[in-house]
Amino acid sequence: MVFDFDRLVVDDVSRHFGRRRALSRVSLTCGAGTILGLLGPNGAGKSTLLAILSTLIAPTSGQVRYGALDARSAGPMLRGRLGLLGHDLYLYPELTARENLEFFARLYGLDHPRERVDRALAHAGLDDRADDAVSGFSRGMRQRLALERALLHGPRLLLLDEPFTGLDDASGHALVSRLRGLRGEGAMIIAATHDLDLAEGLLDEVAILREGRLLAVPRSSGPLRERYRETITAAASVPAAAAGREERAR
Amino acid sequence: MKQFLRVAWVVMRKDLTVEMRSREIVYTTVFFAASCVLVFAFALVREGRPLEDASAGILWISIAFAGTLGLGRTFERERHTETLRALMLAPSDRPAIYVGKLLGILVLMAVVEAVLVPMVGLLFHAPIFARPHWLAALLAAGTLGFASVGTLFAAMLVRARSRDVLLPVLLYPITIPVIIAGVRGTAAIFQATPDEPMARFWVALLVFFDAVFVTLSLWTFEPLMTE
Amino acid sequence: MSRAFVPLVLIAMVLFASAPLVVANAPFEQTMGLVQKIFYYHVPSAMLMFVSALVCGIASAVYLFRRSAEADRVAVAAGELVVLFGLIVLVTGPLWARKAWGVWWEWDARLTSSLLLWMMFVAYLLVRRFGGPGSEKLAGAMALFGMANVPFVYVSVNYWRTLHPKTSVVMTLAPGMRGAFWFCVAAFAILYVLLLTLRKRLEDRRATVEQLYLAVGE
Repeated sequence: MVFDFDRLVVDDVSRHFGRRRALSRVSLTCGAGTILGLLGPNGAGKSTLLAILSTLIAPTSGQVRYGALDARSAGPMLRGRLGLLGHDLYLYPELTARENLEFFARLYGLDHPRERVDRALAHAGLDDRADDAVSGFSRGMRQRLALERALLHGPRLLLLDEPFTGLDDASGHALVSRLRGLRGEGAMIIAATHDLDLAEGLLDEVAILREGRLLAVPRSSGPLRERYRETITAAASVPAAAAGREERAR
Repeated sequence: MKQFLRVAWVVMRKDLTVEMRSREIVYTTVFFAASCVLVFAFALVREGRPLEDASAGILWISIAFAGTLGLGRTFERERHTETLRALMLAPSDRPAIYVGKLLGILVLMAVVEAVLVPMVGLLFHAPIFARPHWLAALLAAGTLGFASVGTLFAAMLVRARSRDVLLPVLLYPITIPVIIAGVRGTAAIFQATPDEPMARFWVALLVFFDAVFVTLSLWTFEPLMTE
Repeated sequence: MSRAFVPLVLIAMVLFASAPLVVANAPFEQTMGLVQKIFYYHVPSAMLMFVSALVCGIASAVYLFRRSAEADRVAVAAGELVVLFGLIVLVTGPLWARKAWGVWWEWDARLTSSLLLWMMFVAYLLVRRFGGPGSEKLAGAMALFGMANVPFVYVSVNYWRTLHPKTSVVMTLAPGMRGAFWFCVAAFAILYVLLLTLRKRLEDRRATVEQLYLAVGE
């Protein structure tokens, strides 16, 4: 029995670490065949949200539903449908590229591990370096390998944390077309990124986070960079207004 | 069940492969254990000669210290690359990851003990071949008890502060029965006339300890590792 | 609990005020004399130390498996009381032992097990204090494992000394002493319940403050 879902619902999710509020009542939805961009300044809570969506962290309130089930009810099978490319690339530097991919293929219990690994290495353009230890790879090469690791099991929901970091121009565009291809196959992709130029034209939907809150995105049809700046500056004036309200209430 | 064992096996094989590339942990831990034995040999002296009755105690203390060091180093490696998170993302029962890690640690400790036991036998004239199967049973059951609790604590300390000192702080009180049983059992074997019923009692205690604490560890691994 | 609190405090005060009288009026033990009366504080403290360890272990299990924050607050309160009552036991014990056995310490099974249990819960508090974020779970595991470990510690320490004569701590209670003894047990038990409640309440208040801090940001 394979678990699958075609809709992701984030329902009023909050997460705090001690007194630090990382996410505050975030709600969004994402359907199959969509690329959602998660934008925002550093420390906005993008990585925390991705960690929650990947089931590594539990929200302190609110719920995330994958189809009809939440993480707890769906159990380990849910993780088989998720792929995460994190800040830290989750690669073993002592092992070769091939060994890294083979380990994860075996860990996930995938069939035809060798063929999958060969295909993944080809996608990453690392055929000739397949048997070299990852410790000798550049950041860009590791990024490409880590992406393939996240895609090895054909996940329904792909979570990417800064996927364009360290990629040169060609690799960046290759990644964009790869993501488009995956979208065509029905994957849900949520990518947190600072690279607004590459994201332009790739993203179907945009969610902008600031200080853990989801901001309303203006519907203007200008370039992504413009819309982003507008939203952030509009939000920056809001805390001042809220502080004013508190003063009057006292 | 098959999936559980497969995952544990894959994790263990990966750990051993990574270790074999540099062999850093094996070499340093074995050397550390050997140094421990020497330090104790020089410290516990009677009439200018090492105390031969102390051989059992010295063996087990060295195993405990070396084990703590090995546990810390192994999980430090995982922490460095954040790969423990990648393991937690796998679509398998999480306790299988624990078992895989535990098996890796057991292999490391077996290597350490393979060096320590002959060393103790040599330096303290301890009769390690008197009852080899009892000695092996004591070492196996005791190491499993120590490693089962140690693997769990070391895994959960990966994200904690002061993890280097907290591992022994937590581990040693819990594993005192293991040390007591190991030392008394080994001492019984090392006596002039080996006391087999005594050794059997201590092995039984250790096996019981292992059963309880491996089970507890399997139960608590998932709640402990999820934030 | 709040309604019973004040009456319990009053009862405890009365009990503790009259305890010295009760203890003084209890029969004098022939061999050890006055020092034997430490027994009336030592044993109830030991009983409560073990009870508290049990409470902490169970509360930690509930916290780990049911994710109940309230259970964690009970656990930390009980954990601190293990260390507190354990300290009483470990100080009064040697004071008594010096007179009874002539030495400050004996590697008797019961004493050693108590010392180890005490140390496990000191470790519990150390982890909570210095473990950084998420240390409540680590500490909870320590409490759970510590509680599960108690029988093993006792058995192994008991048989560790087979080559040495076993000295027993238990004394038979003469009839006149029983009244005083159970009086003290009752007094200490009420004290324990009060301390546990107060400490848990402190934690509850702390949790409320944290929630308020978070709510301010909303």
